[in-house]
Amino acid sequence: MAIPLSYNVRNLRLRKGLTIMTALGIALTVATAVFIMALLAGLNRAFGTTGDPLNVLVLRKGSTSELAAGGVSRDAMQVFKDLPGIAKNNRGEPMASGEDILVIVLPRKDGTGEVNVTTRFLTPLGIEMRPKVHLVAGRWFTPGQREVVVSKSINQRFAKANIGDTMRIGNGEWNVVGIFDAEGTAHESEIWGDINQLATDFERTVYSSVLLRATDPVSAAALKNRANDDQRLELNGMLEPDYYASQTKSGAPIKFVGVIVAIIMAIGSSFAAMNTMYAAVAYRGREIATLRVIGFSRPSILTSFVIESLLMSILGALVGLVLMLPFNNMTTGTQNQVTFSEVVFRLQMTPPVVITAVLFAMVMGLFGGLAPAWHAAKQDILAALRG
Amino acid sequence: MTLTRFVTKNAFRNKRRSTLTILSIGFSLLLLTLMMTIWRGFYIDKGSAQSAQRVVVRHKVSLVFSLPSFYREKIRAIPGVVSVVNSQWFGGQYKDDKPENFFAQFGTDPTELLKVYPEFQIPADQVEAWQKDRAGAIVDSELAKKFNWKVGDRLNIKGVIFPVDLELTIRGIFTAPTPTQAIYFNKTYIDEAYPRVKGKDGVFAVLTATPQDVTRVAQTIDEDFRNAPEPTKTETERAFQLSFVAMLGNVKAFILSICGAVVFAILLVSANTMAMSIRERTREVALLKTLGFTQRSILGLFVGEAISLALMGGLLGSLIAFVLGNMAAHQGGFLATMRVEPSTVLVSLVVAAAMGFLSAALPSYHAARGNIVEGLRHIG
Repeated sequence: MAIPLSYNVRNLRLRKGLTIMTALGIALTVATAVFIMALLAGLNRAFGTTGDPLNVLVLRKGSTSELAAGGVSRDAMQVFKDLPGIAKNNRGEPMASGEDILVIVLPRKDGTGEVNVTTRFLTPLGIEMRPKVHLVAGRWFTPGQREVVVSKSINQRFAKANIGDTMRIGNGEWNVVGIFDAEGTAHESEIWGDINQLATDFERTVYSSVLLRATDPVSAAALKNRANDDQRLELNGMLEPDYYASQTKSGAPIKFVGVIVAIIMAIGSSFAAMNTMYAAVAYRGREIATLRVIGFSRPSILTSFVIESLLMSILGALVGLVLMLPFNNMTTGTQNQVTFSEVVFRLQMTPPVVITAVLFAMVMGLFGGLAPAWHAAKQDILAALRG
Repeated sequence: MTLTRFVTKNAFRNKRRSTLTILSIGFSLLLLTLMMTIWRGFYIDKGSAQSAQRVVVRHKVSLVFSLPSFYREKIRAIPGVVSVVNSQWFGGQYKDDKPENFFAQFGTDPTELLKVYPEFQIPADQVEAWQKDRAGAIVDSELAKKFNWKVGDRLNIKGVIFPVDLELTIRGIFTAPTPTQAIYFNKTYIDEAYPRVKGKDGVFAVLTATPQDVTRVAQTIDEDFRNAPEPTKTETERAFQLSFVAMLGNVKAFILSICGAVVFAILLVSANTMAMSIRERTREVALLKTLGFTQRSILGLFVGEAISLALMGGLLGSLIAFVLGNMAAHQGGFLATMRVEPSTVLVSLVVAAAMGFLSAALPSYHAARGNIVEGLRHIG
């Protein structure tokens, strides 16, 4: 027969101080783990939601990033425009966008240094091919002018990124004329400007990438293969979502440090929980023996104490999650390991993060509670009653 | 029985509890020590003596833009400059794109590299062999150990940033004071295979005569190229490395918040233990008082007990941190600087002792002030 749950709840409440302090320790560990997991979830979301499965990104063969030397020639771009399977917009133009990427340095607003920011140069057609990106202030750049539009995050995080400011790109000053919102995608970390003006300024003869829109998934696959197989053009085609998904490896340093921190803290908290549970068992020697006399079996006493430890850890997990709530959706940035520029993303306490956090706490509770519970169940009744 | 012995005896009265407390505090302090070591490696260490004498020149706008190669001779002409060497980040793939197979590859000038980096230890005949072979490379000894490379081995590196695949031969193995995780090869190799980068270089590393020259040389370089089509930004080697740390994000806040959480966790654990053991000993305290112990000495006994427990945890944590740090130092990269210094350990121990003191202060104050008669009556 099982010991009722209310027995454990009452016991935890009776020894309020101990319970709260141990739960707080677990809460701190959970909060740290949640923080790191939310960072990674935000990063994954930024890259995971970028790209349309119908879009094919074409790069130079051997290159895995838009920021590599060499690229796609204008001739190759012409070849693609006329391929079957390319979608056309409502004006009948083939949807193929030759683009260029540069990295410029902007100072952070909070004064923590200067960082690389990805600047994408494209045509209005390229903007049209990314329906998730829309203007929130000002206007889009005028082709043939040295004008750029910045994302909302760039506007918030960097000095000199307001409408009316100028940025030095290459030899010219470019005016900031608008702010766009990219719905949390990777474009949220970018500045956009006119490709033709850039080509003139920098004497660039090739695009660093070409984005193609296919009419349907089958055509998308065909376009991708066409780019890869053409020996003459020496290109590398991939579906746009796959390209961005590969950039999630930017989270590797956070993950590496995060896992170590979480494990060490969890070990520390488990020992603390074990301490508290041993104390609980020691205080209740006589009580446990009485339970045994009444007829509760050893296994049910074991379960009861493990449950008590689990309850305490779940309480800790809840406190930890509440502690982290204010940080949810906080904007932060790290280095994109593919483009060597800053990727801006928001902390995301997604359901998997929350569930993992609770499970993580329960593992600590289980580890901390098992040995003391075993000790409680094994106690000799008579000796304990005399206690 | 001396007071010290009384304290230690009491600290281990409940062996299981003391062990668990020490383990718990130990792991927290391990983390604290590691975090402080990272902080130290990033923000406090000045680097080697030679490093303090070097500056790095890069394009003012961004590291992504290259500088004209002729800048090198102009920089060389500046008073106080001893040697200048070009360095081009190649960023290629060895074997595959797995992070464990990643290391830095720099295209450079074999005739001058070792003059700018005199701390690299390498046999003279290997240097000579490297300088004679245009497709030769020298590799870091830690890297050679990791991949089991020997002099004469072939090294194929696939170009990612440049449309060039390198087929190098290892001509030498150098040992650096802190592992560099890098290989160096002749930049001419890229120039010949991809003529568009000929006459351009990523950065220049400059060795100055004395550490005092650094600021002046850096200013002169930037001043000289201010109105050139490609302006420069010159910073100390240390600042240059730190700019990569800054790119990772708000590292300082990240480390500080973890440290804060850890310190608070230690306080909680320690306070918990002390609260338990002091409550158990209410009767004893009353007894001690009847024997003539003053409130202050009783307070001291408990505080001493808490501090010694916390210190033992601190020693355990520092020991593990020390072992881990030594293991990490051989991994190279940013971990290479993560040696645990005695001063870091000392700070950890001081934090441990302070937390021990704080945790015991309140419960033992209450215990020491408690009424003797009530204390004697107290049951379990």
